[in-house]
Amino acid sequence: MSSVCEKELILTEPARRGSKEAFETIVKMYMKKAYSIALGLVGNRDDALELSQEAFILAYRNIKQLKPDRKFFPWFYQILRNVCFSHLRKTRSRRSQSLEKIEEQGPVADVDDSFMPDVVAERNETKDRLWKAIGKLDQKHREVIILRHFQNLSYEQMAQILFCSRGTVMSRLYYARQRLKELLGTEKGGD
Amino acid sequence: MACEDYKDLMMGYLDEELSAEQIRQFEEHLKACKACTAQLQEFRQLKAITDQMTLIEPEDRLWQQYWDGIYNRVERGMGWLIFSVAAILLIIYGGFKAIEDLITDPTVGLLLKIAMLALLVGLAILFVSVLRERIFFWSKDRYKDVRR
Repeated sequence: MSSVCEKELILTEPARRGSKEAFETIVKMYMKKAYSIALGLVGNRDDALELSQEAFILAYRNIKQLKPDRKFFPWFYQILRNVCFSHLRKTRSRRSQSLEKIEEQGPVADVDDSFMPDVVAERNETKDRLWKAIGKLDQKHREVIILRHFQNLSYEQMAQILFCSRGTVMSRLYYARQRLKELLGTEKGGD
Repeated sequence: MACEDYKDLMMGYLDEELSAEQIRQFEEHLKACKACTAQLQEFRQLKAITDQMTLIEPEDRLWQQYWDGIYNRVERGMGWLIFSVAAILLIIYGGFKAIEDLITDPTVGLLLKIAMLALLVGLAILFVSVLRERIFFWSKDRYKDVRR
């Protein structure tokens, strides 16, 4: 972990000066992580690929805004989450607009229908339900679940990239898990 | 302290993120609180399912093409920018030349001169208006204030 941080700091300065090669190395260091986080936030592969690449493009164009003594990833994460959340807002807005046009429509489809379980490895019914339930969480609660369970970040690391305290991380995790329990019906012994 | 005050500690306990003192404090509460013990058990079940879940990794081909996809889009963006600047400069130059030719041409009638001039002024106003709108939206850009 520390060698990754050192490498990142060594690469950040030339990248800030416009070195394409340095930025390419940074992208290759973080592309899988960025894709995986985007997948957790938006729920499907094509969007995750597109949005993670878009976040890197924005980072490349704005790399001079990254202060020399700061790490790349926490800064990049802010861009990535903004790109993903903005995409979700647009999708929701488009969907609600198209639904308004359809008369006699049933209950409004859930915003996160895009959370299809085909991205889950070694699927079973419980995992499918859990993935769909994660998709139904609101953004800040889904985010902590993804960072904790799929990125294996510690509370300290989560607090660092979310720009909040450890207490806030714990509190968000509590409400996120509480909501997941409700969605899965575990409180009734359904699982 | 009420159970509500232990909810954050419960998460830390579940994820093994507490200090020795916090563990002692929380376990002491657990001994006296059946509701929190039951809730912790439910959270443990949920965590067990979540920990088992992994997402499918894309094939290697995707990672090999990943940087190329980014670089191509950056390069294309630069191309469009240079093209747009050049096109704007050419249009402005052409506009000025056209006005100059029109005004100095004695064979063109006054009405046509006024109409052409009005057309160009109208276009200039539209251009400035669109540019001003763009600058306004840029200043409200959500990435402009990305924390670093």
